[in-house]
Amino acid sequence: MEFAQQLLNALSLGAIYALIALGFTMVYGVLRFINFAHSDVFMIGAVVGSLLGNHLPMGTWWGGLACLLAAMAVCALLGVVIERVAYRPLRDAPRLNVLITSIGVSLLIEYLFQNEHVFGAAPRPFPPVFPSVLWQWQGLSISSNQLIVIGVALVLVVALELIVYRTRIGTAMRAISLNPRAAQLVGINPDVVVAFTFALGSALAGAGGVLYALNYQSVEPLMGVMPGLKAFVAAVLGGIGSIPGAALGGLLIGGIETFIGGSQFSTYKDAIAFALLILILLFRPTGLLGRRIPEKV
Amino acid sequence: MISRFRQIAVFSLLALLSSVLHAAEADPIKIGEITSLTGKEAAYGQSAHKGTLLAIEELNAADGVLGRQLKLITEDNQTKAGESATAARKLISRDKVVALLGEVASSRSLEIAPIAQSSKIPMVSPASTNPKVTAVGTYIFRLCFIDPFQGPVMAKFAHEDLGLRRVAVLTSVSSAYSVGLSKFFKERFLSEGGEIAIEQKYSEGDKDFRSQLTAIKATGVGGIFIPGYYSEVALIAKQARELGITAVLFGGDGWDAPQLMQIGGAALEGCYYSTHYSPEDTSPAVQNFVKNYKARFNDETPDAIAALGYDSALVLADAIKRAGSTEPDAVRGALAATRNFMGVTGNTSIDADRNAAKPAVVLAIKYGRINFFKSVVP
Repeated sequence: MEFAQQLLNALSLGAIYALIALGFTMVYGVLRFINFAHSDVFMIGAVVGSLLGNHLPMGTWWGGLACLLAAMAVCALLGVVIERVAYRPLRDAPRLNVLITSIGVSLLIEYLFQNEHVFGAAPRPFPPVFPSVLWQWQGLSISSNQLIVIGVALVLVVALELIVYRTRIGTAMRAISLNPRAAQLVGINPDVVVAFTFALGSALAGAGGVLYALNYQSVEPLMGVMPGLKAFVAAVLGGIGSIPGAALGGLLIGGIETFIGGSQFSTYKDAIAFALLILILLFRPTGLLGRRIPEKV
Repeated sequence: MISRFRQIAVFSLLALLSSVLHAAEADPIKIGEITSLTGKEAAYGQSAHKGTLLAIEELNAADGVLGRQLKLITEDNQTKAGESATAARKLISRDKVVALLGEVASSRSLEIAPIAQSSKIPMVSPASTNPKVTAVGTYIFRLCFIDPFQGPVMAKFAHEDLGLRRVAVLTSVSSAYSVGLSKFFKERFLSEGGEIAIEQKYSEGDKDFRSQLTAIKATGVGGIFIPGYYSEVALIAKQARELGITAVLFGGDGWDAPQLMQIGGAALEGCYYSTHYSPEDTSPAVQNFVKNYKARFNDETPDAIAALGYDSALVLADAIKRAGSTEPDAVRGALAATRNFMGVTGNTSIDADRNAAKPAVVLAIKYGRINFFKSVVP
């Protein structure tokens, strides 16, 4: 029973890592750089959800969904703004410059939110926006929040897969990721596609933020740092650029962390997770589901 | 003749006035404060800072110390390792402070202490409970009880008042405070004939404790000792209840922050923690402090760290007064000689090891609020 409980814990944690990892992977797939501000967009999603949640009746389905959608919308917009202001002017600069800019954007958001007049540094409670039920069955405790986290994450991953493989804009995203110049030649506007990619990735991060806050019930400006780092690892582990890879990586990292966390080695859970990452990358440099990208000549 | 008299009168009046002005313009006494105004333990840092600030403002309104105003220079260490040491060096060498107040957390006080000691500048930590802090040297003082006192107090409380024989311990390994408290708790609980069924660990900043709690639940213990900080404790309590754990949770003064109840809420019902003071204390000193603090800071009720921050500034000011000078060695001597100082956190005397010897208060969370349970005298 302890094993089943840990499995459930692992799924709900891994689902959130997967959602954040998808944002990393999509931006990387299209622009070939890691957007480190992504984990702060995640935090802003949680903040938006908590601000709205405080004005809605607690424990209703429509209230919870409203929080989730609002956070996704605000984060999508924010993602587009960040890309327009910080990354687009650097599109032709070396990748390293954009990477460093994204770290700058990340720190800017973190310290802005720690200001007392914006949010403040102390954690605040996250309102119980969704109906909360606790089922007890033979010593196994299942909270409705955990199921909501897993369910919403599953729906979003499927939706994303459909957008990328079944729509015109998804096709354009894949085209840009394969060959930006050729995509432009056949009439794809890279600005629109990149903005859309950021909107999509950031909306997922926003949803992840709300789900994470729902699961752990507190919000603070630095809450994105560790989940962001783990999700980044998950994206690399699964094969950066691959959507199923990011989902698998997220679940794996969540699982490793949970099972080691419950053992006598709990202190080393992060160290072991990262060590495993190094091992996998040694033997499969492109990650578990990543494809080898042939060097263009 | 009259005009001559008038001239003298005006002249002497001017002379008097200028001497008064000069006295008021005398250099303020600079006191350095190192605290976490931002970062993940900012709730403590801000509480301590508000208490200290209130004390300094009240002292200045009452004409300061030795006829001079006090100037508090506050450095924010952002709750980051390394920043406190930098701040201490800056305050001592550039700002030339007379003494240092801070830090709340033992880990960060241990960064400041060696620098204060080697520069021979007295340091008063309001709330670092790890014994190693004052052991750094003769210039380091603290105003709270220490872990070897608090740990056994809670072990004895768990055994006698809660009737527990088998408990779990959930320690934050990245905090010197939590590790210290766990150690002294375990020693005493074992010597009382109790059993530690399982010990689980986490790190500061963790949000997910379900895996550790699931392992604890499997042992079926009646109580879980959690010597951590409120930010994690509140989440641990909520997740424990979600997992169906009904064991009583109890801990130390790290729980003491208004945010504990805001985040933890109903999950904390029936839990206990030890701390330094209770705002419900009816003594005039405490009630006066609570009233002034609320008036100054948005109607907030001061927590124990705010009270210790307040007392640390007052004890330092009192030492400067008794020393009759701001010379660091004289202030150090006067601090060491502090006896029966009536602060809001109780009657404070500094012992031979430069620790404050004072009683602990155990608080119980009942009916959604924090109530005084009992006072434990060392």
